Amino acid sequence: MSDTVTWRGWLLDPAPASRGQARLGRWYRSWRAFRRNGLAMTGLIVVLALVLMAVAAPLIADPTAATLQVLTSRLQPASSAHWFGTDELGRDIFARIVFGARTTLTIVALVSIIVVPAGLAIGLPAGYFGGWVDVVLMRITDIFLSFPRLVLALAFAAALGPGIENAVIAISLTTWPPYARLARAETLTRRHAEFIEAAELQGASHLRIIVTQIVPLCLPSVIIRLTLDMAGIILTAAGLGFLGLGAQPPAPEWGAMVSSGRQVLLDQWWVSTIPGIAIFVTSVGFNLLGDGLRDVADSRSA
Amino acid sequence: MVQITTAADDGRVGRFTSPIRRLINVLFSVALTFLGLTCVTFFIGRVIPIDPVLAIVGDKASIETYNRVRIEIGLDQPIPVQYWRYLVKVLHGDFGNSVITSQPVLRDLLHVFPATLELSMLALIIGVALGIPLGVIAATHRGRWQDQAIRFGSLLGYSMPVFWLGLIGLLVFYAELGWVEGPGRLDVSFDDIVPSITGLLTVDSLIAGDNEVFWNSVSHLVLPGSILGYLSLAYVARMTRSFMLAQLKQEYILATLAKGLSPLRVVWVHALGNVWVQLVTVIALTFGNLLEGAVLTETVFAWPGLGLYMKNSLFNADLNAVLGGTMMVGVVYIGLNMLSDLIYPLVDPRAREPR
Repeated sequence: MSDTVTWRGWLLDPAPASRGQARLGRWYRSWRAFRRNGLAMTGLIVVLALVLMAVAAPLIADPTAATLQVLTSRLQPASSAHWFGTDELGRDIFARIVFGARTTLTIVALVSIIVVPAGLAIGLPAGYFGGWVDVVLMRITDIFLSFPRLVLALAFAAALGPGIENAVIAISLTTWPPYARLARAETLTRRHAEFIEAAELQGASHLRIIVTQIVPLCLPSVIIRLTLDMAGIILTAAGLGFLGLGAQPPAPEWGAMVSSGRQVLLDQWWVSTIPGIAIFVTSVGFNLLGDGLRDVADSRSA
Repeated sequence: MVQITTAADDGRVGRFTSPIRRLINVLFSVALTFLGLTCVTFFIGRVIPIDPVLAIVGDKASIETYNRVRIEIGLDQPIPVQYWRYLVKVLHGDFGNSVITSQPVLRDLLHVFPATLELSMLALIIGVALGIPLGVIAATHRGRWQDQAIRFGSLLGYSMPVFWLGLIGLLVFYAELGWVEGPGRLDVSFDDIVPSITGLLTVDSLIAGDNEVFWNSVSHLVLPGSILGYLSLAYVARMTRSFMLAQLKQEYILATLAKGLSPLRVVWVHALGNVWVQLVTVIALTFGNLLEGAVLTETVFAWPGLGLYMKNSLFNADLNAVLGGTMMVGVVYIGLNMLSDLIYPLVDPRAREPR
């Protein structure tokens, strides 16, 4: 037996011997479905490249070049010394793009770790307990859901003052409601499943059932939704940056970089254009990845 | 980026509700949402910012003046009382005065709103007129090149940073090719020629019969309008496609085809007819998104509308104006949601008849 069994055979075994094998096998099947989707793979590669670029930023570009102002070499076109040219203060645009990836991913990561727990904390009890808990929590969610997102983020950023932290708070405040609805819907479909009732009969507390039984079942759809939302979060963050409400200079931020190139747009087009392409490619990448993940999840449930 | 919430999500549709009961429900939830909105703007305006008294008296004022002003604007009152006063003022349309223009904020808002309306209407028309047919075509050609092209085109659209696309548009079509006019609503030489009746320059110039002004305003409008239109199109086409796919799976489609109706008629009349219900919500949301996206587009195109007004107020620490603008966009947003909730049973008989 052991000689002929390959990893693939073990993973695709229709009769897994252990829970771990079954789980890995399911992931592997999803991965095979995902891999066939060319666009989704492109998205994955873009996102991985972005993460890599952010993590290894100091190895890819000179850290000092991102903020170092060399006024004698302002607004230079692309060259071997400055791959993407220089901006209006003589800073290397390539280095700023590379380090800007860190800013963008920081915002995305912070928003995610605020929004997902917040959405779960509102949505799970609403679906689990039902009744007036549901009514009150979902009313609050609906109220937040019907707010104009960018404008509210703007008002918050205006009141709290510009800066990354405040941009994150502002974006989070307007992003959580869909997660609460999603978590509630997922909980409702499982609330009366037999394994939940079995756990109840065994005397598990509500908290324990929610955390150990329901949360793991909600996570896949929440994660897919999050991937699909990433592009929106990045665009909102870049928009706030463009308006001067995101990361403050001299920190490199793509939206702010687009804005700073506006004055020289007609003669030195690259100053605005290149950071814009960075935002665009990143957001396309996340959208492709999210679409691919959703398709895999859909075909599995169908 | 956008959440679709229709009555169907909550399973409300299945239950029988009389029209009056439904109206009361909708009005109740609108009132509640409005209260929520005022809570948030109140919170932003009164609780978070730096001392509002200092903003009025300046930091050189004596302690007596400071205390007097503090009592005058009611800051010595408990928070609920302050909120109540704020709510009453807002309900009377009083958002305070703008620091920059020293006009009532509401007056400023009504003055700049038509510019935004003109821009978003054009974008919405483009988005709906092209987005819906494209979405239908994508759904009927599922998996083939038409579908791939439309899906990819709309994916690019909703991945696009609008402010950047605007800059590129200006660079290419205004600076390089010279096909359209640049930023602003009109060339400076045309300012104040046409009397303002509706506030929509294209309409006003037609009423005045001034062709020159009309074409100039169209030439200014077309670039930002098309860019926003593309973004709306992307969203409308995507949603239409997924709604249509769900419809085309239904058995009645097979039945009508078997009955011998032409496939074209089945798709465009029968299936699309059932999708309209959901599209109403999408169109309302698209319009809402256009209004809030205005802040970015109007900044790029120096378009003197609501968005630019809010942006300028933001940078002059004019909190009254920012919150007034937020309130205005919020109210329009809530109004659109209400409208789509109310139109829902009109277009979908299933939502008003008992099962």
